[in-house]
Amino acid sequence: MLNYAVKRILIGLATVLAASIVVFAMLEIVPGDPARLMLGMNATEDAVHALQEQMGLNQPLLARYFHWLGGLLTGDLGRSYTYSVPVVDLIVERVAVSLPLALISLVLSTAIALPVALYSASRRGTVADTASMGVAQIGVAIPNFWFALLLVYVFAVTLRLLPAGGFPGWNAGIWQALKALILPSIALALPQAAILARVARSALLDVLGEDYIRTARAKGLSRPGVLYRHALRNALIPILTIVGLQFAFLLAGTIIIENVFYLPGLGRLVFQAITQRDLIVVEGVVMLLVATVILINLVVDLSYAIVDPRLRNRP
Amino acid sequence: MNNFAKSALVGAALALLTSSAAFAARADLVLGIVLEPPHIDPTAGAAAAIDEIVYANIFEGLTRIGPKGEVLPALAESWTLSDDGKTYTFKLHKDVKFHDGTSFDAEDVKFSLDRARGGDSTNAQKGLFAAIDTVEVVDPLTVKVTLKQPSGDFLYNMGWGDAVIVAPESAQTNKEKPIGTGPFKFDSWAKGSQIVISKNAAYWGKPALLDKATFRIIPDPAAATAALLAGDVQAFPVFPSYETIAQFEADPRFKVVIGTTEGETILGMNNKKPPFDNLKVRQAIAHAIDRKALIDGAMFGLGTPIGSFFPPHHPAYIDLTSQTAFDPELSKKLLAEAGHPDGFKTTLKLPPPTYARRGGEIIAAELRDVGIQAEIVPLEWAQWLDQVFKNKDYDMTIVSHTEPNDLNIFARDDYYFNYDNPAFKDLIKQIEATSDDAKRTELYQEAQKILATDVPAAFLFQLPKTGVWDAKIEGLWENGPIQANDLTAVKWAD
Amino acid sequence: MTASPWPEGMSKAIGNRSFVVGLTITGIVAIMAVLSFVWTPYAVGTLDIAGKLKPPSWSHWLGTDHYGRDILSMIMVGSRNSIAVAFVSVAIGLAIGVPLGLWAAARGGWIDELLMRLNDLVFAFPALLSAVMITAVFGPGAINAIIAIGIFNIPVFARVARGAALSLWPREFILGARACGKGAARITIEHVLPNIANLLVVQATIQFSLGILAEAGLSYVGLGSQPPMPSWGRMLFEAQTMIGLAPHMALFPGLAIVITVLGLNLLGDGLRDVLDPRLRRER
Repeated sequence: MLNYAVKRILIGLATVLAASIVVFAMLEIVPGDPARLMLGMNATEDAVHALQEQMGLNQPLLARYFHWLGGLLTGDLGRSYTYSVPVVDLIVERVAVSLPLALISLVLSTAIALPVALYSASRRGTVADTASMGVAQIGVAIPNFWFALLLVYVFAVTLRLLPAGGFPGWNAGIWQALKALILPSIALALPQAAILARVARSALLDVLGEDYIRTARAKGLSRPGVLYRHALRNALIPILTIVGLQFAFLLAGTIIIENVFYLPGLGRLVFQAITQRDLIVVEGVVMLLVATVILINLVVDLSYAIVDPRLRNRP
Repeated sequence: MNNFAKSALVGAALALLTSSAAFAARADLVLGIVLEPPHIDPTAGAAAAIDEIVYANIFEGLTRIGPKGEVLPALAESWTLSDDGKTYTFKLHKDVKFHDGTSFDAEDVKFSLDRARGGDSTNAQKGLFAAIDTVEVVDPLTVKVTLKQPSGDFLYNMGWGDAVIVAPESAQTNKEKPIGTGPFKFDSWAKGSQIVISKNAAYWGKPALLDKATFRIIPDPAAATAALLAGDVQAFPVFPSYETIAQFEADPRFKVVIGTTEGETILGMNNKKPPFDNLKVRQAIAHAIDRKALIDGAMFGLGTPIGSFFPPHHPAYIDLTSQTAFDPELSKKLLAEAGHPDGFKTTLKLPPPTYARRGGEIIAAELRDVGIQAEIVPLEWAQWLDQVFKNKDYDMTIVSHTEPNDLNIFARDDYYFNYDNPAFKDLIKQIEATSDDAKRTELYQEAQKILATDVPAAFLFQLPKTGVWDAKIEGLWENGPIQANDLTAVKWAD
Repeated sequence: MTASPWPEGMSKAIGNRSFVVGLTITGIVAIMAVLSFVWTPYAVGTLDIAGKLKPPSWSHWLGTDHYGRDILSMIMVGSRNSIAVAFVSVAIGLAIGVPLGLWAAARGGWIDELLMRLNDLVFAFPALLSAVMITAVFGPGAINAIIAIGIFNIPVFARVARGAALSLWPREFILGARACGKGAARITIEHVLPNIANLLVVQATIQFSLGILAEAGLSYVGLGSQPPMPSWGRMLFEAQTMIGLAPHMALFPGLAIVITVLGLNLLGDGLRDVLDPRLRRER
């Protein structure tokens, strides 16, 4: 087991390193010069050169890469070209929006999906099962940004109950800040809930088909009793896997929703940084997200291996 | 009741009145702005969002631009010009302090001007200082600036946000923590969300009427509308959603002010690249464009058509739109004469603003009607600056030139239009050396006519300044002679 | 195991509700797309500024947009765009991912390990952010949307192909073929590929519907196909600021996306049931 864990961790680290090369190389070929962008249309050539010098853009490629990599190892992601503050500070500010948003959406989607899945699985083939899976089928097909637009139209434009966008900051008070996150998290959560409900239902049905469940049933346990006592616990691993993946998706994939609601989250930070050619910020955020996904996968793999020793021999 | 008692009562009533009035008058304001500045040092960046926050509020220059575009004294209380027109002697205000308590004097002026024009300067408008030969400190309150040649624009140029006076002690840190001499000082900046400035109690001049002003960053037009309606934001000096202006006009809680800006919006053409090197082709393109449909469709009716590169609110403006009136038949005829009876294929590179993206779509459709197939290529600003502006790798583009007094860009060598007319260049040189107003007007009008005839670009419309704010707010600028939100005279009416 | 389950599948297919409904919806969308080449109610290239933002009426069933264009016509022409982008990006995934997955399964060892780690690497990148970076390099447009979506289809197909192939290699009929002296490449083409084809068809349907959603998302943030080519995502983007003035502009393109994706998902579910009952309970 230890061998397996060490190997997985090493592979994870190698993947992160490979990702850092990909990210750096990709951004290296992005056309456009941050210095010229900042100085605009009336800037003289020597002013642009002076700013490039200040930003350290004139150093050779490899030197910049290793400088950046060295910084990564010590937790220093460099300084933003445009904001000229440490990238870490920028990320921390934005995570304060993205993380709560992702967590609320995740809790919301799980809270909706699991009861639906349990209900459907326990009444497989009934009208209720068909109907709820039909709704889930539609939910999967709804683009979250369109759903967000509809929510804005109903709750912000027509009823004026909730803000149509923007984020007042946590300083404005917990309720004010949460209010700004309600519509975005619903828009993110419902399509995710539809996916999760479908996956959880089939995971539950799979477990219900296993021998030991039949044994439990034969021993006289009621069907819902089996469902809650045995099936749910055993179906939890595939469900948690999906939840873990959805969390990674939510953290990075909120970019469109952040665009709809103009939330200053990680996604918008990257989007903005790319248009401003603040590449060092882009590199930092993308590396953070990539490392998060790799970490989540690693944890999932390792927990699988703990539960099911047979998997340790598979690569 | 004796007199004493009477006057005491009146006094008490007055005190009550005034104290309740003082209680009622709000002294804080939340303004919406569309773009977040990258940093807030106006001497090291071109972003309009910088000036929209700091100009006249935090930083001041020797002179300043007033709401009508006029030059007013600022840190310099007066000045004299030598007879040869080359030496300005500025008399500075006394007892002026920077926000960090250090005092302001002639050394700071010399430092700021020398820094802006120095070799390692990163000033975005370095050209403003090109005319300066030397800056001398005569005494702590007197500065002498000698020019290389007389310049009619020098005092105006010193009023730009890029020419504000900074202190050597804080020049390096102004990007994050701006230290100026203005009536407001920097308070805080929550990135991606808002910037707060507060009243400078130790201001040397007339104190600000607001205690606190918050600039909230709301890039999305829909969110901007909602924020105003909800009262989260009380003023949007440059409101981004043209489509919802009508809604605010109908609402008595709001004041809608459609002012003018210095933004001439043009369809730029690459004058050296075939077929745009042919005057008839450029004329054909200009005649293919229906300015009214363009303004209605892209700007929801807001904006003034222009026929040359000059702002309609300027006294020297002449309306030349009829010279390139909408006439598809004439356009087709001109194309045929130019040897393109079936039109041609070309590209239209568009930067991100709504006026460019929507305008581009409409113009492309109008050009299709006369046979020109223009492929739309949307660009981010970084790509636009790189491809179109720097490398001149483009056929056509749409952009608004928002700098004031920028007729001279058509006289620049190697500018992205690739327009080269020696007569026009001469004219601009004459204008720059002329300070007599009547003569300048005459020259300006001649210049406008040359551009309307040569069609180096198709001139579309003057960008409007669409301000929407709470009807009880007074003192905000109606027009945008420069991109600034001067809050020095802003207050809430009772 | 027979190489082709189709004849048997036909009757089963007709009895499968998901399959029938999905095929019908997908068929209607496809017909609409094809029809738009020869006929639309109005020309989508012509603007009519005076008739802008009109709500649905008899002359414009779904209303007009902010340039006075007919929204029904825009949706019809836009379907071409969605279908083309999704189709080509699935084709990229199939053409590159499947051979890689089969190769990994056939060779095993370090090649397998390396390819799977590369897969993980691609999977670790947040798809949309990567698409944003790709379009920052190449500029926005339909082709680049295809590349951005296609790249993320490659590891999906590689993983499916490898997984399915690995489960086949120890099977008797393959062991038999090996005993006959057939090489790995030949076995892969003659025996493995035909037996995983069903699985790939199902996965392709799923990726196709995800591709439609992804294209809409990219267009929505301005990175998809460019005007004058209508696209559903961009129509929604343009509708956003006018949602108070003309909600119909936001409603109909969104419905078009939902209906198309729903049809494809139902078709995929149905195909899975019809083509391979063993897979029925997976996912």
